[in-house]
Amino acid sequence: MEEYIPARRENAAPAIELKGISKSFGPVHANKDIYLSVHRGTIHGIVGENGAGKSTLMSILYGFYRADAGEIFINGERTVIPDSQAAIRAGIGMVHQHFKLVQNFSVLENVVLGAEEGMLLRPSLDKARSLLNQLASEYELNVNPDAIIEDLSVGHQQRVEILKALYRQADILILDEPTGVLTPSEADHLFRILNSLRDQGKTIILITHKLREIMAVTQTVSVMRQGEMTATVQTRDTNPQQLAELMVGRKVLLRVEKGQANPGREVLEVDDLCVSDERGVQTLKNISLKVCRGEILGIAGVAGNGQTELLEVLGGITEATGSIRINGQEIMCSGPGSDAQSRRACGVAHVPEDRQRLGLIMEFAVWENIAFGYHHEPEYNLNRIFMDNPAILAATEEGMKRFDVRPALPDSQARNFSGGNQQKIVLAREIDRNPDLLVVGQPTRGVDIGAIEFIHQRIIDLRDAGAAILLVSVELDEILSLSDRVIVMFDGRLIGERITSETDERDLGLLMAGVTGEAA
Amino acid sequence: MTAKMPKWADVILIPVINLVLAFLVSGLVVLWIGENPMEALFIILKGAVGSPYGWGYTLYYATNFVFTGLAVAVAFHAKMFNIGGEGQATLGGLGVALVCLSVAWPHWLIALPVAIIGAALFGAGWAAIPAYLQAKRGSHIVITTIMFNFIASALLVYLLVHVLKKPGQMAPETDLFPPGTNLPTAHVMFGWFGIPFPKSPPLNVSFLLALAACLFVWLLIWRTRLGFAIRAFGHSEPAAIYAGISPFRIMMVSMLISGGLAGMMAINTVMGEAERLLIDAVQGAGFVGIAVALMGRSHPVGVFLAALLFGVLYQGGVELEFEMPAVSREMILVIQALVILFTGALDNMVRTPVQRIFLQFRTGSA
Repeated sequence: MEEYIPARRENAAPAIELKGISKSFGPVHANKDIYLSVHRGTIHGIVGENGAGKSTLMSILYGFYRADAGEIFINGERTVIPDSQAAIRAGIGMVHQHFKLVQNFSVLENVVLGAEEGMLLRPSLDKARSLLNQLASEYELNVNPDAIIEDLSVGHQQRVEILKALYRQADILILDEPTGVLTPSEADHLFRILNSLRDQGKTIILITHKLREIMAVTQTVSVMRQGEMTATVQTRDTNPQQLAELMVGRKVLLRVEKGQANPGREVLEVDDLCVSDERGVQTLKNISLKVCRGEILGIAGVAGNGQTELLEVLGGITEATGSIRINGQEIMCSGPGSDAQSRRACGVAHVPEDRQRLGLIMEFAVWENIAFGYHHEPEYNLNRIFMDNPAILAATEEGMKRFDVRPALPDSQARNFSGGNQQKIVLAREIDRNPDLLVVGQPTRGVDIGAIEFIHQRIIDLRDAGAAILLVSVELDEILSLSDRVIVMFDGRLIGERITSETDERDLGLLMAGVTGEAA
Repeated sequence: MTAKMPKWADVILIPVINLVLAFLVSGLVVLWIGENPMEALFIILKGAVGSPYGWGYTLYYATNFVFTGLAVAVAFHAKMFNIGGEGQATLGGLGVALVCLSVAWPHWLIALPVAIIGAALFGAGWAAIPAYLQAKRGSHIVITTIMFNFIASALLVYLLVHVLKKPGQMAPETDLFPPGTNLPTAHVMFGWFGIPFPKSPPLNVSFLLALAACLFVWLLIWRTRLGFAIRAFGHSEPAAIYAGISPFRIMMVSMLISGGLAGMMAINTVMGEAERLLIDAVQGAGFVGIAVALMGRSHPVGVFLAALLFGVLYQGGVELEFEMPAVSREMILVIQALVILFTGALDNMVRTPVQRIFLQFRTGSA
């Protein structure tokens, strides 16, 4: 990436200047006395662990929350932003992590929605169409204006979000974790778009936890930790290791240490597995794979290519056709005996991708969550009817200690814990059963760097103890550093298999985009 | 948001504030018709809890509301909104009547367990159909249980007019139950210990059954494996499936228990008080149960306290109507409705500000 020096106009006020912004939610200080200044025509990265206050700060800037104290200056002028309308008027546009698009509207209709002029739709649509064409040529923002959103790829949907902001004449664009759902090549395209927007004088704030992206596209980077802005540095003067330490506040290992795998006999054998959703669309197409004792098989791929379905079939949530054998024993794919209880009885533990929706009952106390799914186990029950709550509590205290769950309060509701600690609760429950097979999805999604290290280590320990592990992750770094073998999924199929030591990000990235060896 | 209020504020302070607000607004209504609200309140309290006689009625009503309130609460733990307590209690009455009229029961101690089974089975059976339709076909349980209330009432009228009516009589009601099924009233029971208690209040041994039902529900929800599964399912269906809990089973079982509890209300009214099956033996208790469960936050202790409150309102309301002619029967309904409105529907109106005050207080002291 060539060096870019922002065109600094003398005396030009910063595009955004925050002075002493504070925001509390009850006793939690989400933002403490934040000072930030973002120069016009730059890409400014904001990094920080989950819960560091990045999203709160951006929500204040976009008018979702009101700061308890502090001032916002836009282009040198003091601005009050009580709601998102005011933010738009001030020239701020936001691209959310989860897109806010009407799925069955066309691109054009989505762009115009909420910014229509007059009673009739047609003039607005015509105006938007010509603007879209202009933007497409200027910034590589090509999207068919008449395409329906639900037919578009995730990368294209994101472009629609950017177009929406530009149509509202945004000068300042905030992007919240924009690459989480993109393939590496789509991400590269996004960065080209961002660079050309910046060249045209737009100001961009990029919120991400991927340090690689920060290094690749930003000029300046600010680090947040525990609600405070701990550092703002020029990107060219820093490196990922230093940023990681600033984020966590201590030294961290970005790569896990792991020994050679010693694969044993096959634990999981999947043959010709197919799944169709309720609309009859096939989401898993003839999947066949094997995982052995003492081996981590990584499933890479862009989110939404069938990994979720694969996890849910193995975890006993979704029904399928085909054959699954565990330790050589054929198990049911549909009907009675294919539920999650039966899977657990066969020695399968499942750490779901979405711990808040599936893995935990947020309203339950930790100790109830520790029994969750294993509430039939004899050691948690007094008899056929009554549960043995003290026994569960004792197991929970033990598990919380071993998995370093903080704070160690077994009676506290799961919702009171941070993402990383919630994940540790799920892992404590699933790993402590010494499963023959661990099926784990996105083990470190939304988890802070400090906890990532810990979680990776536990997964490797389980492998070394002789379990078979199937790991699904959209983070290539995670796949590459944990797995012994990698399979890439694309469009519900297994598109390629690699030995981890013989592949790299580029190679896998091509597979993730659906480019197979023969075609390339 | 991670911060929470202390538990006592959640379970005591907020219901009390709700109640005070309800009484304030009711007071305005009383004032508006030209009566003294303080005096009205005094009459209600005196009439409901000022004498053994008052207590006898208050607790009788409360017994009904405990059963129907628990019914709604159990279903609510599984995120099922059982509006059908009325119909299930109606059918429960039918079950009680069939049991009581079928055999010449020698003693109430023998008749009662069988009548309980009859009431619970009929109530549960009536809840089973909407539950099955919800679990298998996705028909919304609120809609189906409401419709089943009407079907139950029509069915009862048909049966009383054409099948169960005492021969040679006009009124659509069954024959009096045999004496061997008559439950001891409070008058009789206090008499065993030599304590005087007025004869007329209908309070009977069913009240103890209601207390036992509270204990049963508490054990079920918080101590059993089934209760664990019910609560898990109620909080999150996808997570329950992840844990291998069958949604069909939980929906059916929780609704059967709910319907059974609603049906058991008939032990109090049909077997304990009327001693025959009448049309409209439920008298809206099924609906009051919804308010009771809401106000009691689906906890048996809360349900009991809320049921007691509604018992007071019912009995006190009757006295008020009698003592203050300007306050009509409809006015009493308005006051009861205001209590339901403030404690059930407008709960968040009080909860949110109180929560904020607590949080501010806490950050201030931190």
